[in-house]
Amino acid sequence: MAHAAAHDHHDHDHKPSFFVRWFFSTNHKDIGTLYIIFAIIAGIIGGALSGLIRLELAEPGIQLFKEGTWLAQLGLIDASKHGYNVVVTGHALIMVFFVVMPATMGGFGNWFVPLMIGAPDMAFPRMNNISFWLLMAAFSLLVLSMFVDGGPGRGFGGGWTAYPPLSTSGHTGPSMDLAILSLHLAGASSILGSINFITTIFNMRAPGMTLHRMPLFAWGVLITAFLLLLSLPVLAGAITMLLTDRNFNTHFFNAAGGGDPVMYQHLFWFFGHPEVYIMILPGFGIISHIVSTFSRKPVFGYLAMAYAMVAIGFIGFVVWAHHMYTVGMGIELRAYFVAATMVIAVPTGVKIFSWIATMWGGSIEFKVPMLWAIGFIFLFTVGGVTGVVLANAGIDYSLHDTYYVVAHFHYVLSLGAVFSIFAGFYYWFEKMWGVKYNEILGALHFWITFVGVNLIFFPQHFLGLQGMPRRYIDYPEAFTLWNQVSTWGYFVTIIGVGVFLLLLLEAAVRRRKAEANPWGEGATTLEWTLPSPPPFHQFNELPVVKPDTH
Amino acid sequence: MASDLVGQPTPGGIDLQPGVTSLRHDAIFFHNVILLPIITAITIFVLILLAWVMIKFNKRANPVPAKFTHNTTLEVAWTLIPVLILMVIAIFSFRLLFAYNDMPKPDVTVKAVGYQWYWGYEYPDHKIGEFVSNVLPEDQSKAEGRPFRLAATEPLVVPVNKVVRVQVTAADVIHAFAVPAFGIITDAVPGRLNETWFKAEKTGVYYGNCRELCGVDHAFMPIEVRVVTQEEFDAWVASKGGSKPGAAPAPSVTSASAAADAGQPAAASAVNPAAPAPATPEPKAPASAPAATSTPAPTAPAAK
Repeated sequence: MAHAAAHDHHDHDHKPSFFVRWFFSTNHKDIGTLYIIFAIIAGIIGGALSGLIRLELAEPGIQLFKEGTWLAQLGLIDASKHGYNVVVTGHALIMVFFVVMPATMGGFGNWFVPLMIGAPDMAFPRMNNISFWLLMAAFSLLVLSMFVDGGPGRGFGGGWTAYPPLSTSGHTGPSMDLAILSLHLAGASSILGSINFITTIFNMRAPGMTLHRMPLFAWGVLITAFLLLLSLPVLAGAITMLLTDRNFNTHFFNAAGGGDPVMYQHLFWFFGHPEVYIMILPGFGIISHIVSTFSRKPVFGYLAMAYAMVAIGFIGFVVWAHHMYTVGMGIELRAYFVAATMVIAVPTGVKIFSWIATMWGGSIEFKVPMLWAIGFIFLFTVGGVTGVVLANAGIDYSLHDTYYVVAHFHYVLSLGAVFSIFAGFYYWFEKMWGVKYNEILGALHFWITFVGVNLIFFPQHFLGLQGMPRRYIDYPEAFTLWNQVSTWGYFVTIIGVGVFLLLLLEAAVRRRKAEANPWGEGATTLEWTLPSPPPFHQFNELPVVKPDTH
Repeated sequence: MASDLVGQPTPGGIDLQPGVTSLRHDAIFFHNVILLPIITAITIFVLILLAWVMIKFNKRANPVPAKFTHNTTLEVAWTLIPVLILMVIAIFSFRLLFAYNDMPKPDVTVKAVGYQWYWGYEYPDHKIGEFVSNVLPEDQSKAEGRPFRLAATEPLVVPVNKVVRVQVTAADVIHAFAVPAFGIITDAVPGRLNETWFKAEKTGVYYGNCRELCGVDHAFMPIEVRVVTQEEFDAWVASKGGSKPGAAPAPSVTSASAAADAGQPAAASAVNPAAPAPATPEPKAPASAPAATSTPAPTAPAAK
């Protein structure tokens, strides 16, 4: 070992062989790359599933999920009403656990938290490796669950929330058990990753980098890691009880045996609500860096930005039952959850206005990452204000489980979190891959996606106000128009995905040499002091951080 | 919009379905007059700010960036002003929420039981045992000119201007009883008896849906509520073999409702609301029996 360490020291850019490097990887940058590649692949699968949903909903009646269609001939998914529910469930689970979380935490978190805080690697490199491979196992189980018997047909079609009794007596096949084990493994992966991030950030910051001088992305990851650490065990408990209810005749959630199906909903949303902040908080950090970099101006109100995220994370734990206004809770409880939920709008507003204040007086360059960041700020505002509407239980009784809710959470996730992921991807593209992307293709990708996703999701507000329920394979004729528009939007978005893949190909073929810092004086965080791509091992001599103007 | 249909969605509609209960009127007021203007104003305000910084502070217009990072007045303002806006919203929100909670003394009690995938309705005070309401098949809907996926084989019939208490539960998995025109939704949870209420102001037909994912035919268990006059309701109750609440037990069945009576025991035995999770073989089977034999609701008004 001593010999190996000395060897590394003298030849610090010595990379292991291909198999060892990518399959036994302990390097934070390589693991980050693996996560990003995985998130892109899972994103394409999850996006294809949403395509099946949009094709089915293009007009009233059942088009796709029936005998004799190309989907039936393909045979991968049950061409039945049950198959549609499986696709809806799979889309949600894949997007939440295998696209957004691996991209923000696994991908950018692994890549840039050590670089930004001036650390040579993560605190526990081997645990980092197992986090990634547990996620692969989890994904395999989830995909497998779509192809085995669920009860009403192949796969589990009870929604990502998996409410019992539909997930217990309603799905008697092994599919749901596989999905539960998949979530167990994904949760274990995230918990190990969170421990790693927390330890790294608390113990491995470069000399002089106090918590209050730490870049906001690292703040976002730190808070997210705490949310994961505190919420995922609750999910694990809830789905373990589902598992024993299903297989060992326990009655945790079985009313006939003295259990309570609503108890599961409380446990699920105690995890599920922090989960939505888990998906967005790293994105908040990314957006702060991009807005500051391209305005060539330091982040406005740095401490307020950091503690707004802390506040959002904290309040995120005490609002869960706003997903459950209709289950028959007492009036005082509902009133409390209305009030607590609306409070979240305050720190979120602080963030939106601080981003705009960062731009105010700046010298803004509209490079591709900045386009995505500005798009993010606007779309997240739209998703945020509809959240304020839904927070009111009195209005929720008109909108609960309608497409208004679908529109709301896609504006904050599919348009919020995903826009922040693309913003970060372009921002760090040269740093990660060592080549430049094509500026025109990047801008084209942004504009097509911006138009496409708005076409998909804005009309869904109208459908929800008119009362179209979620998770419906078929709908009354009156909802035809806006469903058609929504489906057209999907095709526009698909063109955007095509442009994105073309951009990746173009950059890989042309191999234009990357600069260490392509963004100039506005990019002040430590990763820009390293070459692009950074050496296999960086910061062998720790950088010293001096106080700045924060 | 004034031209919106009542009781069902309007083709291409973009706003809340009009309501026929005071709660729904309040909810529509709260949404259209308070919430929608506020959120639109906030969104436009953010959009204008973004446009302004993009025009005024781009690289060409402002080559030398400022370096300020703090402005205490502004930061206090954008924390406190949203708090004030939220407090205004909260006043209306709590008023509406508590209005939902304050059910007047009910005139009629209906029990709605969710099954995979149909509804069972029971009028305990009127001694009408549970009957089954299925989705009206497509060809029949077309033939009768009623909206497919909204129309049901057996409507829930209630009197106009009366407080109707709906007790909601489920027999197998969770469902949700939702009628937009009344502004109500309540989850149907096995082992729980949830409660909601409405007082419809106008006679007519009002459609709703199951709104909690309940499996394969989730999209095909609509709710059809017919609000009729008291006389029509009384006649319907009699046709179902029921009686007025508090009246002597089950009056002798008239010849007119003999057919309905014949269908009744079959339905009641097929679906047993007492058992928490009864096996429901062939869910369509019990439906067709009462649907075919029961007397249709007398002169259901077409007026909207």
